[in-house]
Amino acid sequence: MIHQFGIHDILYLLSGAGWTLILSAVTMIGGGMIGFCVALMRISSSHVLHGIAVVYIELIQSTPVLMVVFLVYFGPGIFGIELPKFPAAALALVVYSSAFFAEIWRGAIQSVPRPQWEASSALALTWLQQLRYVILPQAVRVSLPPTVGFMVQVVKNTSVTSIVGFVDVSRAGQLISNATFQPFRVYLWVAAIYFVICYPMSVISRRIERKFNVRR
Amino acid sequence: MSYRFQFDVVLAQSDRFIEGAALTLQLSGEAIVFGTVIGILGALARTEGPRWLDWIVGAYVEVIRNTPLLVQVFLLFFGLPAVGVKFTATEAALFALTVNLGAYATEIIRAGIEAIPHTQFEAGLSLSLTRLQIFRHIIFMPALEIIYPALGAQFTLTLLASSIVSVVAANELTTVAQIIEGETFRSIEVYTITTLLYIAMALGLRSILALLGLVLFRRRRVVQPQVRMSGI
Repeated sequence: MIHQFGIHDILYLLSGAGWTLILSAVTMIGGGMIGFCVALMRISSSHVLHGIAVVYIELIQSTPVLMVVFLVYFGPGIFGIELPKFPAAALALVVYSSAFFAEIWRGAIQSVPRPQWEASSALALTWLQQLRYVILPQAVRVSLPPTVGFMVQVVKNTSVTSIVGFVDVSRAGQLISNATFQPFRVYLWVAAIYFVICYPMSVISRRIERKFNVRR
Repeated sequence: MSYRFQFDVVLAQSDRFIEGAALTLQLSGEAIVFGTVIGILGALARTEGPRWLDWIVGAYVEVIRNTPLLVQVFLLFFGLPAVGVKFTATEAALFALTVNLGAYATEIIRAGIEAIPHTQFEAGLSLSLTRLQIFRHIIFMPALEIIYPALGAQFTLTLLASSIVSVVAANELTTVAQIIEGETFRSIEVYTITTLLYIAMALGLRSILALLGLVLFRRRRVVQPQVRMSGI
């Protein structure tokens, strides 16, 4: 049935945008947690942990996000399991994003000068205390702008899950475009919705960066 | 695990995989060249041009960087024909990748140019260099050296992002993979091989960029020791 593009379609797009936001939030939280662990492994003095982290990061950063989505979506089929679309999409994006979060935070932690570690160890702080009270508070400042910047990428990457049929705002746009035959108008709406989500984050990222640079 | 991997039926199609990979390399190679040209022009427009040009290029950069490539491809391939501009799938793919990289390259190159202190420019003037010489030797090459790693990372991202243009069946590697998957039903085998091909291409591109960097910037190499912590 061909129908005119109207208010129903906009509401449908917005409900898709809701799923985009939910998927983005899950990805940021899950990817952030795994990414933090991988970042710690990456700077660990244990060669094994360091090596695993490096290989993990390099492999994922050399793989298209779409391939990660395909492998996670079709992979469990080996064990006869079929993952529903949302968990599959979320898992794929969590794995993909964790490698990038790991590199961002690894860089931030290593930007804290080595004497800070030495000084805090001279104060008999344990490794965890050094990290928690001395290193991280300084690293967070450095990491904030790229972290928020990468969150924009996370939101945009969720669009790829529409290719395996997860109904986010991109997939909703495709469906409406097929029903109304007004692709230009529909995709402009889709693009505008992404822009409204992403642009404020880009601006915030830049503001934080400027603020911290001035103080330094 | 009862699943039997059958790589042989998929590997029988290796010619098509290689063709797809070649088109991926060609598409992203062209996008990298054209995108970098847009980036240089865009950065010049933003740093040297009049304010209205800065504003227009700024809007282009923000719109592209805050919308997904997938939607840009859809708009170009399905949207523009509706208003009278027609592309083949491969043309739309190349156009989308170029416009996308152009926006990122503009910002990266602009950041490099702005990192060069203005006094360098004045020093160049006092040595009676021409404007072109100043731009080339004092602004562009040092700026390029500063931003080279970021630009290279963006090139790699473009190569990997080219998989997204498969949504319009652009005949590159991911499209080929999807067709072969449809014929053989061996999803995991097909996408494992495809992923390995992408990893090989990405590592290859990064090695080439690293070598090129050594040739281009021979004068200065600052190596900072990495901080590793003890305890875990």
